[in-house]
Amino acid sequence: MAIVHNAPPATANRARAHTPALRASRVVGGYGERAVLHGVSLEVGAGEMLAIVGPNGAGKSTLLRILGGSLRSWRGEVEVLGAPLVSFDRRALARRVATVGQDNQAAFSFTVLEVVLMGRAPHLGSYHFESPADLALARAALARFDLTDLAARPIQELSGGERKRVFLARALAQEPRIALLDEPTAHLDLRHVADIFARFGELRADRGLAVVATLHDLNAAALYADRVLLLKDGVAMGYGAPREVLTAEKLREVYETEVYVGHNPATGALVVLPGAPRETRFKS
Amino acid sequence: MSETAPGVTPNMAPEVAPATARAPARGAGAVSPPPPASGDTLGGAHLTRLKLTLTLGALAMLVLISAIVAVAFGSVHISLVRALRDAHSPDRAIFIGARLPRVLMGAAVGAALAAVGAALQALVRNPLAEGGILGISGGGALGAIVALVAVAGHGGGAFAVPLSAFGAALLSTVMVYRLAVVDGRLEPFTLLLVGVIFNAIWGAAIMLVNSVVNYYYVHDIVFWLMGSLEAPTYAEVAMVAALSLAGLALLVARARDLNLLSLGDEAAGELGVEVDALRRLVFIATSVMIAAAVSVSGIISFVGLIVPHVLRLALGADHRLLLPASFLGGAAFLMLADLVARVAIAPTELPVGAVTALCGGPFFIYMLRREGRGPLAL
Repeated sequence: MAIVHNAPPATANRARAHTPALRASRVVGGYGERAVLHGVSLEVGAGEMLAIVGPNGAGKSTLLRILGGSLRSWRGEVEVLGAPLVSFDRRALARRVATVGQDNQAAFSFTVLEVVLMGRAPHLGSYHFESPADLALARAALARFDLTDLAARPIQELSGGERKRVFLARALAQEPRIALLDEPTAHLDLRHVADIFARFGELRADRGLAVVATLHDLNAAALYADRVLLLKDGVAMGYGAPREVLTAEKLREVYETEVYVGHNPATGALVVLPGAPRETRFKS
Repeated sequence: MSETAPGVTPNMAPEVAPATARAPARGAGAVSPPPPASGDTLGGAHLTRLKLTLTLGALAMLVLISAIVAVAFGSVHISLVRALRDAHSPDRAIFIGARLPRVLMGAAVGAALAAVGAALQALVRNPLAEGGILGISGGGALGAIVALVAVAGHGGGAFAVPLSAFGAALLSTVMVYRLAVVDGRLEPFTLLLVGVIFNAIWGAAIMLVNSVVNYYYVHDIVFWLMGSLEAPTYAEVAMVAALSLAGLALLVARARDLNLLSLGDEAAGELGVEVDALRRLVFIATSVMIAAAVSVSGIISFVGLIVPHVLRLALGADHRLLLPASFLGGAAFLMLADLVARVAIAPTELPVGAVTALCGGPFFIYMLRREGRGPLAL
C-alpha cells in the first residue's frame, strides 16, 4: 500500500496574489464518532478543476460536504478565498461557494425558472423579489445549459438528466467563485457530459471559477481535470496531474480490480478501461 | 507547513495557464448566445410582484364576498338591511350578537389553519402535512381542556387556556417531527403514521379527562373534539385574528427560505439558509397559530390540507404567494364551510369540524393515492 502522505501543499514561497480559491489541509472528519476522512489535503486555484475519484465509500461526497459547509464535524484547516471556512456564515458562504449534490429533487411543482432563481437567494433579502438583473442571470444560466425551452415546466416533470442540468444552472445563477459538484455527469448521456464539461470549461476560463467535482468516470477526470485526488477509505492514494495519478498500477491497487490505462489513438487522451490488458487487442 | 510530500504536485501558479488554455474545448466563440433581455417568453414561469398583488387582491375580494354570504344566511332568517339600519331590531341583535362574531371567527380560524398547513407542508416537504393530521391540533385541544378543567373553574382562565394550548401544541409539533426523523432524514410516511398515532393518543387522553371530570365540562370537551365555531366573543375573535396575523407575518418574512427548503435541508443550507433556526421559527409560529385557533374552536381538520393544495395547483408553489393566499383562502373556505354547517340541517347546527372532515377525509385519500402513483414528493 503506497499511501501518499497527502500533506498540505507548500504555500510559503507563493505570491499573495495567488491565494488559492480553496485549500484544505489534513482534514479529518465524518459522521459523529465515525471518521470517514483521515487527513486529506487539496488546493484549487481560480480557473482550475480538481477531480476527486475513488471507489464507493472512499469519502468523496463527505469531503465535498465538508468543503461546502454542510458537514461540520471535522478537524483540520479549510480556507475559502484565503479565509477560514468557519469564518463564513451560511449566506456569506453561499455567495462564494455553490454546491450541486447528487439528489436533485424539489418538493412541490416549482418551475425550472423558479428553481434556477433560487440560486439568487444568497444575494437577496428574505422577502425581496428578484430584480431584472437577477432574472437576466437566471435566463443566461438556463441558456448556457440549453434549458430555455423548459423554463416554465414544473421541475418534477423533468427527467433525471434534465434536473441535473437545472441544478447546475442554479449553481451558476448563484455566481459562485467555487463550484462543488457531486457526480455532475451521473444520469447524463454522452453529448450532455461533453457539454457540461465544456460549459464549466468556459466558466473556468472566463470567470476564473474553481471547480471541484467528484467523478466516477475516470476518463472524464483524465480528460477535463487539472489535478486528480485519488481517495480510498478516506486516505489520499494519489494527488497530482491525471497522468501521474491515474496509472494502471495505482488504480489496480485502489479499485482492487484489473485496469487498463492507455491512450485514445484518435486524441491521445488518457483512457482508463476495466479488465486485464491484452497487448494484442489494444495497441496504444 | 512548507513540506511537500512525494506525489503531491506543488500546484497553483504554473498550472493556471494550461488550465485556462485547455478549458474552452469549443472555443470562446461557441458560447451560447445570451438570451434576449426583453424575453417575456418566460413570463408566468415565476412569481412577479404584479401576480402577487393581483392574486391577493382577488382573494381578498373572495373573502369579502364569502363573509357577506355567510352573514346573510343562517339557521334563522334575518334581514341584513334591517340589521344595519335599525339598532333595536331583533335582526340587529342576532347579527351583532351571534352571526357576525361567528363568521369573523370562522375567517380568523380558517386563515390560521390554512396558513399553518402551507408552512408545515413546506417544512416537511410533503403536501399531506397539516396541523390536524399531524396531531398538533389534538395536542393543543388536550392542553386547552386540561387548563380549562384545572384552572378555569378557579378564575384567571382567560389566558391559561390558550397558553396551555400553545405549550401542548408546540410539544406535539416537536415530538411528531423528532419521531419522524430517521437517520437525519424526515420520512414522509413515518411522519403521517406518527401523526395518526398522536391523534389517537390525544383523543384518548381527552376522553380520559372527559370521564373523570364533572359532567359540567362534557359539552365543552365534545366541542373541542368536534371542532365548532359556536358562540365566540369579540375578544376571542380579536385574540385569534391578532395571533394569526402575527404568525403569518413571521412565516411570510421567511417565505423565500421556505422555498429553498423544498430542495432539501442540505441544499437549503448550501444556499444560505440556517435550517435549524428556520425550523424553530416555523414550529413556534405554527404552534401559536394552531393554539389560538384550537383554544376557541377545537379541532377543525383538513382546512390546512385542502386550501394550500388547491391554491398550489392554481398559483404555483412559491411560498411568498402561497402563504398569504392560503391565509385568505382559508378564511373564505371556513366561513363557507361553517355556513353549510349552520344551514345544512337547520335549525339543527352541525359542528363545522364535521363538515371539514367530511370534505377533507375523501380529499386526503385522493391525495394519498395520487402521491402514491409517482415518487413521493420529498
